[in-house]
Amino acid sequence: MNVSSQGLTAEQITELIDLVKKVHGFDFSEYSKASLKRRLSRIMMIKKLEYYDLKHTLVNSPDFFQNFLEEITVNVTEMFRDPSFYKALNNQVVPYLSTYQHIKIWSAGCSSGEEVYSLAILLDQAGLKNKSFIYGTDVNTVVLKEARMGIYSYRNIKSYAENYQLSGLKGSLTDHFTTMYDAATVHSELKTNTLFSVHNLISDTVFNEFQLISCRNVFIYFEMQLQEKILELFYKSLCPHGFLCLGSKETIRSDSFKKKFKAVNLKENIYQKIGY
Amino acid sequence: MDIDKNIADRWHNSEILLLGGSAGSFKLLFHIVKILPPSLDKVVIIIMHRKRNFQSSIEKLFAENSSMPIREISDKDKINKNTIYIAPANYHVLIEKDHSFALDVSDALWYSKPSIDITFESAAEIYNDRCTAILFSGANEDGAQGLLKLKNTGSLTIAQHPDDAEMPEMPKKAISINATDYVLKSNEIFVLLQN
Repeated sequence: MNVSSQGLTAEQITELIDLVKKVHGFDFSEYSKASLKRRLSRIMMIKKLEYYDLKHTLVNSPDFFQNFLEEITVNVTEMFRDPSFYKALNNQVVPYLSTYQHIKIWSAGCSSGEEVYSLAILLDQAGLKNKSFIYGTDVNTVVLKEARMGIYSYRNIKSYAENYQLSGLKGSLTDHFTTMYDAATVHSELKTNTLFSVHNLISDTVFNEFQLISCRNVFIYFEMQLQEKILELFYKSLCPHGFLCLGSKETIRSDSFKKKFKAVNLKENIYQKIGY
Repeated sequence: MDIDKNIADRWHNSEILLLGGSAGSFKLLFHIVKILPPSLDKVVIIIMHRKRNFQSSIEKLFAENSSMPIREISDKDKINKNTIYIAPANYHVLIEKDHSFALDVSDALWYSKPSIDITFESAAEIYNDRCTAILFSGANEDGAQGLLKLKNTGSLTIAQHPDDAEMPEMPKKAISINATDYVLKSNEIFVLLQN
């Protein structure tokens, strides 16, 4: 039987949250508890740590925390995840974006950069790449390093090729990469006008004004109150009529924010800011 | 067909029906969705392996053929009785203490996202002995560990009989680790669920 089935108690999880907040300044108190429990159990299993060892290591091994953060925050992503989203973006949002003199995009919770480069390819094909700038932010510095390098396993790129085809873009995904052995490196043209930096959605504030914010499959890890706080941050960070993209299974549920955003595409959860 | 009184009682007393299936399970799950009565008074959660870009046509097909409301799970959905919930493609489904769903995009397990194990284990933690869980045909080993956990917390666990399954590996694995209270043919499962 694995560690997860022994089960951490709710009290133990609260204790770990408090400890991480005090020692490392990261606040997981409004994270989805079901997910947090699963991630914590996984860390304990992988690192072969009992509950008390985990607490001890979190306090006494400074290097361990980065590792811990990597395991707690889910960094799994794909290029062109949900092809129907990219199709909708192309058909419903890109024509609108093209009317701006300069397009600033924020990929919030960008992980290893797959979404940033997917958006870069989409903008490039729409002829908007030169007047666009894409900011990718994440709380995790290790994945940001990977994002900057833009090197992915060729096997993964091949598996994303189907997404690419289904999203209706020209050519094939591999056209945008240089492949050597199992490493596929994103073409340097795609890297221009992109910037990856650390931003913590829970504790950091507005840092620019954007025409589009994409934050997909991040809210699923947050409780409702936290989602609302971050919606407020996004609202403040968007220009008038700016677009907000959430994951395909994430919707705006709060009544006050339903009034602040109008749905452009309810199936793909693409919203547009109402008002200034 | 006669049903064991013990199993029928446990089924009647359970509040949540969990159905897990992979290759070779679609027709069976479709049939179950068809025959479940609107008066069931239980939560139904279906975890079915499917391709990541296989859009929501399954929900539509199920909805057109069921007398119960069907919902593809969205994040933070409240879990209501008399509803059939289907795990969306490319997400794992977890259950929160306040009886709502939490989705997760972490790595596939047994090459599968949604993973049957993850939802079954989460259901065991939240609902303990209040579930009936059935594991159907499939070509990998997903679901066995989750079923075992449900059995250990007192829920009723059933595997489709391997001889009756198009792909016997999944129920076989569950039986081999002693995760099943009962092993039933699909016909017997249909009778039980209508009982």
